[in-house]
Amino acid sequence: MEASTTALLYLNGINVSFDGFRALNNLSLAVEPGEMRAIIGPNGAGKTTMMDVVTGKTRPDNGDVVFAGQHDLSKLDETQIATLGIGRKFQKPTVFEMHTVEDNLMLALKNDRRPIGMVRWGTTSGEDVRINRILDTIRLGTLRDRQAGSLAHGQKQWLEIGMLLAQEPQLLLIDEPVAGMTDNETRQTAELLKEINRDKTVVVVEHDMTFVRELGVKVTCLHEGTVIAEGTLDQVSSNERVIEVYLGR
Amino acid sequence: MTPLMRILDRGSVIFLAVLAAATILIPLLNLALPETSLFHVPTYLVALFGKYVCYAILALSIDLIWGYVGILSLGHGAFFALGGYAMGMYLMRQIGTRGVYANPILPDFMVFLNWPELPVFWYGFQHLPYALLMVVLVPGALAFVFGWFAFRSRVTGVYLSIITQALTFALLLGFFRNDFGFGGNNGLTDFKDILGFNVQAQSTRASLFALSCIALAIGFLICRALVTSKFGKMLVAIRDAEPRTRFLGYRAESYKVFVFTLSACMAGVAGALYVPQVGIINPSEFSPANSIEAVIWVAVGGRGTLIGAVIGAILVNYAKTTFTSGPLAPYWLFMLGGLFVAVTLLLPRGVVGTWQWWTQKRRALAAAKTPAAPPTTQAAE
Repeated sequence: MEASTTALLYLNGINVSFDGFRALNNLSLAVEPGEMRAIIGPNGAGKTTMMDVVTGKTRPDNGDVVFAGQHDLSKLDETQIATLGIGRKFQKPTVFEMHTVEDNLMLALKNDRRPIGMVRWGTTSGEDVRINRILDTIRLGTLRDRQAGSLAHGQKQWLEIGMLLAQEPQLLLIDEPVAGMTDNETRQTAELLKEINRDKTVVVVEHDMTFVRELGVKVTCLHEGTVIAEGTLDQVSSNERVIEVYLGR
Repeated sequence: MTPLMRILDRGSVIFLAVLAAATILIPLLNLALPETSLFHVPTYLVALFGKYVCYAILALSIDLIWGYVGILSLGHGAFFALGGYAMGMYLMRQIGTRGVYANPILPDFMVFLNWPELPVFWYGFQHLPYALLMVVLVPGALAFVFGWFAFRSRVTGVYLSIITQALTFALLLGFFRNDFGFGGNNGLTDFKDILGFNVQAQSTRASLFALSCIALAIGFLICRALVTSKFGKMLVAIRDAEPRTRFLGYRAESYKVFVFTLSACMAGVAGALYVPQVGIINPSEFSPANSIEAVIWVAVGGRGTLIGAVIGAILVNYAKTTFTSGPLAPYWLFMLGGLFVAVTLLLPRGVVGTWQWWTQKRRALAAAKTPAAPPTTQAAE
């Protein structure tokens, strides 16, 4: 493991194959602290698999996955990685549908995660302050007592992002946050992510090019499990390979 | 809201009040009134009700893991039976020289099998406190080891149900063997007394009934306290979106092992109270069908409601008693199967679950009709 990197998240030469199918092929990527990075690429390019590798859901066949220059993520499981400070939003919004918005955030708050520390009732005033702050950020303040299952699709996406924030992670991995959102919601989500990026590192996978343009950050394009272009959106979208495999002529 | 208000909601208070009334009234009507009185409760009924209450504790333990964490155990009867055997071993050792072979140490079946001395695992069971410890410890330890392996390997859903079924079946086969040391096919029976009191005596039966009710109340309070706490909210979160909890940094398997073990201990207590009231424990208690039946009680009452589990256990067992003692006896299993199908199709929330859903709906409608009322949570649901 090279310690000579300043990157918060450093992937080097990652290979993952499922039954002979090469999902990730010698993938290398470095995300600097405080950066926001957008990852684009056609279906099956390995975007979600990359997130699986970083969050411990999938073990790489080989290669380095290093967090904050010192943690080898390929040796840890999901829980340990989450505790290190990596939050993940799934492609399909995944919240606790039977609980209220407030309880969803309460369970996500950075706190004692052991069963014994959980046998208590209600929230402390400190926790209320943290929950209120997140509700303001994700614009769901008026819906705190709503059952999460009854929220609109876009609101669930925001709630899940709010749960990530409650974890107080250093790095947020966000998989397709605007899928199924209206144009207005998409714009608000871009605002939200920019706001979050003020003090956290963010990696966001997205298909929606308008949204990626709105973010205005460095873009990485994946294809068949490997990086084919990296740079500003304009640079990447004028790249011959990217046009050929993804954007179309 | 204070923690106590969260734990004791209106339904819980009503439930505990009814339970307290039964705890006092049924033994009183049995012991204090002459048999000729209209209100006299015959002793056989006290024992029968006591059996129902034990089943209710078992149902509560199943509801805790099935209703709140989504673990469908089809082998919970095993923990019930293990608790029952631990109590049975104490009762066997109380027989002493009053057995057929009058051996002061060895139970009859050991003398019959020509065993020279008491096996080591029977040591200590002449003391009630030790036996009571084993009632909780043996099912708890088995559940802990089983849960540790199963939940760490992330075995869930139907696969978990199948291996719990295999667990109870394996124990059934084991306990059937004479050389296993628990009386084989016949099990443990012919009990004489418990703490010096005759197990057949009217007053003992009344006391055992009252004790079972108290155990049910304690079990209910423990479950209620857990499910209303943050821990309980986590259980529901694991049930509905386990991967989400892992990516939030929770060890879902620790929660499952904890609550599975607790549930097994409760089932053990139920079994221990059951055995002196029915007077026998044999390997048939391990039969997979028993465990499945217990799951049906919970489904009928309404999973994830606690009170529903208790009501389901009592309702189904009352029906069982009624129908299996009349001309309809040969058709009981068809009725039970039909009941399960009917509840699944027509009443998926169970009796209590449907009732709660309906009252919530009605409140929501009432709130929506009142124009001045501010938007409430019910209206949103």
